[in-house]
Amino acid sequence: MKEYLLKFPEAWQFDVGSAIDDAVKAFSRNHREALTFIKRGIITAISGINDLLAFIPWWVFIIAVALIGWRVSGKKRVGLIYAAMLFFVGSSGLWDHMLETLSIVTASVILSVVLGFPLGIVIALNKRAGKIIRPILDLMQTMPTFVYLVPAVILFSTGKTPALMATTIYAIVPMIRLTSHGITHVDEEVVEAATAFGSTTIQALVKVQIPQALPTIMQGLNQTIMMAMSMVVTCSLIGANGLGMEILLATNRTEMGRALMPGICIVFVAIILDRLTQGLVDSQEAESK
Amino acid sequence: MNNDIIIRAEKVSKLYGKNKKEASELLKNGADKDTVYKKTGVTAALWDVSFEVKRGEIFAIIGLSGSGKSTIIRCFNLLNKPTSGKIYYEEKDIAQFNKQEILNYRRNKISMVFQNFGLMSHRTVLENIAYGLEVRNVPRAERVQRAKEMTAMVGLEGWEDKPISSLSGGMKQRVGLARALANDPEVLLMDEPFSALDPLVKRDMQFELLSIQSKLEKTVIFITHDINEAFKLGDTVAIMRDGKIIQIDTPENMSTHPADDYVRQFIDSADKTQVLSVKHVMVPPACLVKPKDMPSHAIREMANNDVSTAYVVNEKMQFLGIVSIDDAIRARDENLPLPTFINTDVLTCHEDTLISDVLSLAAKSRYPLAVLDNEKKLKGIISKAAVLASL
Repeated sequence: MKEYLLKFPEAWQFDVGSAIDDAVKAFSRNHREALTFIKRGIITAISGINDLLAFIPWWVFIIAVALIGWRVSGKKRVGLIYAAMLFFVGSSGLWDHMLETLSIVTASVILSVVLGFPLGIVIALNKRAGKIIRPILDLMQTMPTFVYLVPAVILFSTGKTPALMATTIYAIVPMIRLTSHGITHVDEEVVEAATAFGSTTIQALVKVQIPQALPTIMQGLNQTIMMAMSMVVTCSLIGANGLGMEILLATNRTEMGRALMPGICIVFVAIILDRLTQGLVDSQEAESK
Repeated sequence: MNNDIIIRAEKVSKLYGKNKKEASELLKNGADKDTVYKKTGVTAALWDVSFEVKRGEIFAIIGLSGSGKSTIIRCFNLLNKPTSGKIYYEEKDIAQFNKQEILNYRRNKISMVFQNFGLMSHRTVLENIAYGLEVRNVPRAERVQRAKEMTAMVGLEGWEDKPISSLSGGMKQRVGLARALANDPEVLLMDEPFSALDPLVKRDMQFELLSIQSKLEKTVIFITHDINEAFKLGDTVAIMRDGKIIQIDTPENMSTHPADDYVRQFIDSADKTQVLSVKHVMVPPACLVKPKDMPSHAIREMANNDVSTAYVVNEKMQFLGIVSIDDAIRARDENLPLPTFINTDVLTCHEDTLISDVLSLAAKSRYPLAVLDNEKKLKGIISKAAVLASL
């Protein structure tokens, strides 16, 4: 038996990977100044958010979350549970780590909304744009998350900036998808009515399509927040401080208890974020029915 | 109603699919919709549709689903663009309108009422009604004022600030109607507006539409699959099948002279008493006499025509009463003038009365009813048997 029938012939193998490596590295070298500028901007923004969160006294923070939880769910008990969860984070000595995690999540959610919302509208309104962008979104969502970490590190070295980049690439997808889905699935007759009464494209969009799609768009926001929350933990691998970093350190030292505490804190923060934004979705839905 | 034409469709066709040229050739040679679809994959939603709508009339288009009625109505406000053919609004070809002209046309001239209401659930009743005014930048105070008037006109006072979800189906369509009228358009397109409503509410809404239309004298193009509704509301009725117009006529002519079996079947499904008036089933009186005629002349007339009563009219053909043959014989024998014996106790009805409305009258009457026109002239007679036979 010929060898090339058993093994994939070496002559037919080619190396795209290293070519891409070189290209990314070259890009990083050639645009060092611009990249540094971006990096500085991002770091300023994240630490701004962090300062803002840290400025709020811990007890005000807990009371505020409890009140919002009470309002959104309509149950006092739920507000108290949220307060207890946050109290647990504080008493575990992880309050500042939580704020660091939250500040990266917040920054990347803001970036996802600012970029993803308009992009979702473009896809909904322009079929050709949709045909190009949709496969890219599929790719972004199915690609293993670690793959994003490498180029982010090459471009911005380690720290919060590459973490924000990687988190945003991962978390922006549901924002784009659900915005577009919401806009395209507005009741056809309602859109026809908007057109029939002489709305311009912008008027129909702002006065009818976006408000009608708002529950779906809010669902997208909820998913974006949850995905950002999960990615930011992975990003501890490239030096993003916060709860994820605590878990990483504990893992390296095989300290079960030390890994468990921040793990539970992440679950609590995720639950609170999910329920609060889900409450927002529900109230939107109730309003539009 | 005057006779000028506000909207005119001229040989309008709408084909969906790739191979439109070949499909057009087939259709020109008289192929039907199914054959064309099988051979070319093209759906002929409309083919060679032409008609005229007069200002101020209700033009009803009736057909089953897939007949193209919803496609044609959407061509009038450019929600659909015809593949070929032209639509004229006041003799202007609407396909030639630029973007701004299309907006102005939709904002000022033509508005639409939808089958499932097409209301915006994130807006209140008043905000929905004011939508058309809002997009054409009418100042807030003015549009609120106007929307309030419209709300009152459709009988929804007190509901202005309620959400759409709190309304019943009939109320929702009242909002749809008020929204369409708020722009004060010339033409109202109504796409099966009452089909989603239950029968009692539907009847209310039909009545509401007729009373609003008589007040505002809008031109209405009304789509329906219900022949009773088309005949009740339409001044003119067009019947569509497989994207083509089969017959355009007044309800009366259509029911008395259906163009083909398809139309006849459609009409047979209708409740005829709602459509046919007395003049469609009356017969000419067999025997007419004048007051100054000799009784012997009246007897001879009745004998010749083999009837036992004669209808008495004056010089102007105005109806005076009837004379039975017994009375005429008495008049001759006693040598009295004929008018002494005229029986005026005869029920009469107007020639335009609907048959449904004379049913009880005909049942009560001993003699056939005398059918009169506006000047009391005798136009014909209608017997109990004829009324019942028409059902």
